[in-house]
Amino acid sequence: MSKTRFDSPFSVTTPPGAEGWEEMYSYSLLFSEQRRAYEDSMFWFRDAVHLPTVMPPFDMTLVQFAFASLGQYNSRHYMVPPANGIDVRILNGWMYLTPIPVADPADIPARVEHFMERAGFYFGNWNELEEKWIVKAKDVIARLEAIEFDPLPDMVPIEVVTSARGKSNMYDLTHGYHQLIDVALELWQYHFEFLNLGYAAYLDYFGFCKQVFPSIPDLAIAKMVAGIEVDLFRPDEELRKLARSAVAKGLGEAVCEGSVDAALAKVRALPNGETWLAEYQAAKYPWFNYSNGSGFYHTDAVWAERLDIPFSFMRGYIRKLQNNEEIDTPTAQVIAERDRISAEYLDLLDGDDKANFEAKLGLSRTVFHYVENHNFYVEHWGHSVMWRKMRALSSVFVKEGFWHDTDDIFMLRKEEIPDALSDMTFAWAAGTTPRGPSHWPDIVAKRRRIMDACQKWDAPPALGIPPEVVNEPFTIMLWGITSDSIQKWLGGVSADGGLSGFAASPGVVEGIARVLTNAEQVADIQDGEILVAPLTAPSWAPVFRRLAGTVTDSGGMMSHAAIVCREYGLPAVTGTAFATKQIKTGMRVRVDGDNGVVTILS
Amino acid sequence: MGANDEHARIVFFDEYEDRHHPIVGGKCASLGAMTKAALPVPSGFAVTTHAFAQSLDDAGAPAALQRILDQLDVRDLAALSTASAACRHVVAGAGATSATADAIRTAYAQLCAKRGIADLPVAVRSSATAEDQPDASFAGQQDTYLWIRGADAVVDHVVQCWASLFTDRAVSYRQENGYPHDDVAMSVAVQEMVLPKAAGVAFTLNPINGDRSAIVIDSAFGLGESVVSGTVTPDNYVIDKVIFEISRRTVSAKEMEVVLDGDRVVHRDLDATRSTTPSLTDPQIKAIARLARQAEKHFGRPQDVEWAVTESEDGAFVVHLLQSRPETVWSNKPRTVSTGVTSVMDGIVKSLLTPVKVTNATPPEHS
Repeated sequence: MSKTRFDSPFSVTTPPGAEGWEEMYSYSLLFSEQRRAYEDSMFWFRDAVHLPTVMPPFDMTLVQFAFASLGQYNSRHYMVPPANGIDVRILNGWMYLTPIPVADPADIPARVEHFMERAGFYFGNWNELEEKWIVKAKDVIARLEAIEFDPLPDMVPIEVVTSARGKSNMYDLTHGYHQLIDVALELWQYHFEFLNLGYAAYLDYFGFCKQVFPSIPDLAIAKMVAGIEVDLFRPDEELRKLARSAVAKGLGEAVCEGSVDAALAKVRALPNGETWLAEYQAAKYPWFNYSNGSGFYHTDAVWAERLDIPFSFMRGYIRKLQNNEEIDTPTAQVIAERDRISAEYLDLLDGDDKANFEAKLGLSRTVFHYVENHNFYVEHWGHSVMWRKMRALSSVFVKEGFWHDTDDIFMLRKEEIPDALSDMTFAWAAGTTPRGPSHWPDIVAKRRRIMDACQKWDAPPALGIPPEVVNEPFTIMLWGITSDSIQKWLGGVSADGGLSGFAASPGVVEGIARVLTNAEQVADIQDGEILVAPLTAPSWAPVFRRLAGTVTDSGGMMSHAAIVCREYGLPAVTGTAFATKQIKTGMRVRVDGDNGVVTILS
Repeated sequence: MGANDEHARIVFFDEYEDRHHPIVGGKCASLGAMTKAALPVPSGFAVTTHAFAQSLDDAGAPAALQRILDQLDVRDLAALSTASAACRHVVAGAGATSATADAIRTAYAQLCAKRGIADLPVAVRSSATAEDQPDASFAGQQDTYLWIRGADAVVDHVVQCWASLFTDRAVSYRQENGYPHDDVAMSVAVQEMVLPKAAGVAFTLNPINGDRSAIVIDSAFGLGESVVSGTVTPDNYVIDKVIFEISRRTVSAKEMEVVLDGDRVVHRDLDATRSTTPSLTDPQIKAIARLARQAEKHFGRPQDVEWAVTESEDGAFVVHLLQSRPETVWSNKPRTVSTGVTSVMDGIVKSLLTPVKVTNATPPEHS
């Protein structure tokens, strides 16, 4: 029997072993008696698109910045007429969201007026402002890169004295940390400067298409704006360039042999080797600041730190080239196809519809570049640098015995780190023993145990009372939450082995499933398999070429998985809710990307 | 005799030119134009209005018909029925002149030779020339003869088509609308028959809402007559005509199929399993949609297409187009949703305040 509502967040119990999980997160993110009336009246859905696993305490920093900025642009900058921000809560380590509508309809007319002026300014100057945005984003990242965390010396260098600098490592560490947090917030402010408006424009175009062509597939609407070259796909492009260059220089075999270090040594010894190495070094920055996940977790592997990942992709390309196979992205075809279908739909329209369609499509294409591109600068490049800097800070703590592993720092909340810094630098200054080394290791160990216990909890897809209809634009476009998906969650897993979702990328294919539960397992993928994952990351692009199809639990038509699969011409069904639960690695499945249906065959 | 002869009795579809239109009628003109456009139309020929007129003239039929119809009051249904039957008897009695009969036999022999099949089975259908026929569907249903084999049978059924000009309904229609009976003429299409796995119609717009981006297919097992006549509840498919995605599929409980039993075309009931089996595969649906779209592009306006799919043992299939007519209901309506050109900002605000629901794709449904 299907239910009519989800569990109240207040009736959810703590999983065994996770007792005390609340201390890992800010009080403001917890469901509480004080706000119970409000919290129990809302519908909360789990953010399976960006945050598919339990949140480490420090990693919540970026999540809080992200939702704060998203809300701010809706509610305080552009005055999006019907929508405020998105409220967030954490339960047993999992993130839940609820969109906040403008409560009083009487406020809407005034908001419309402001929106026209404010959003109108951005739409009217989009390209120029977007160019400025790139400059701002790069500047923020440069400032992030400039932050240094040096170990505490026994004695400050003589230059500190002779230059009369007047401050030392104590200040630098403390200031550096605050700066890092401030810059991260700044980066996230910029993230949403255009994004909400981009979605709004796309939604208007989308709605118009549905109005003039009631049965037009969502996929056709998306295809008309696809295929614009963006930096998000540049890392993959760089790998293909390096693969081609290696083959052309006769270095293909050397690049493919042994460990990354062994391969690089081999290349260096060969004629043309130095030239290729110079190209390789140039490609690494910034393009290897590319996360294997959503970028929100310190555990997401970044190419720059895990060179085996880009190398395995590059080696795949080299082998294809050696077999005379094509490795170029079909961008040119995607663009040609996009132009053909746009022209055909336009041709089916008459009169003012033609002009309105062209205007809306044109704006959507203008904004879409940002919608795809910002992701590289913020979640990939920016976050990668931030995780790296945090690890540099952590090694100072490790050296002082505060904890054992550089990644232990992420078990602290961002508010706890200044405290630990203060403890460490005070003891350094006083020439005494800090308490940290006897205080933090137990806490870190306990929190790791709690996280493991939380990870085992079967986090429900939603909490509270579902709305009768979902029509909040961002919720639908970004998280793929629709009245249908809610019904599916309420009904549970269907008995016949059939899964339905968004027809995200066309084509029908059968093959052996490879179920991935974390980004690390990407390396296990074999040629011709069907990828089944909670979600996919843009940086998995190189393996897409080896896949037959893709199925995800979450995500709508505009989720990164959907966009990337279309770019790479891979049949895909997104937002199936239960694929990773129902499908096991080795099962034979059919992915019908035309109709959004996944069938387990055997 | 031949396509260049203005008084040709026979015009092959692949020799058709626009100037033949008046003497071959709407259906044959469309088949000829489709053949010329390289659409997959089964081969065949038109028996022209000249053949019809000469045959009747030679037998003195016009005067006989005139005498029967002169005093007829079409409101007297009994009299109408008697008079119409008498007219059909006159036409049938007149038959084809020997020259016309020879021409039909020769053309049929050519068709058989071309296909390498003796006594090639053909469909014989009327092809109306003007508005002197009630309506296309009426005519189409009444005078279609399927699975006709052998030259004599073909000639015989061409004459039967001619006689169908004088059904009760045709006679009363002309009388009431003031079309002179001695002015009527008919062309007949003789076309190779295909024995389809499934057949039906395709609209190059959605007849439910006029959506010009959709192609809607009705399909059932066997010959398409069951779909055209409405004796079966067909499977229904909606396909996007630009990216050819199947956006909706409704597999119906199909009551029966029209199939060949020996040399006879019969209605056969379907068992429960076959009844709810989809009549088309996805590649077949898309192939039909592509051809319908091609026909629409060729004729420059929305079309109502009849098609048939033949399938060989190994699953290979061929789609044939049997007819393409202009769609008339929605095509003639204004079809803009915009009231003026709006600024994108106004559009965005309106969308934000009334957002559309993004639909999840629905799995195949069985009705």
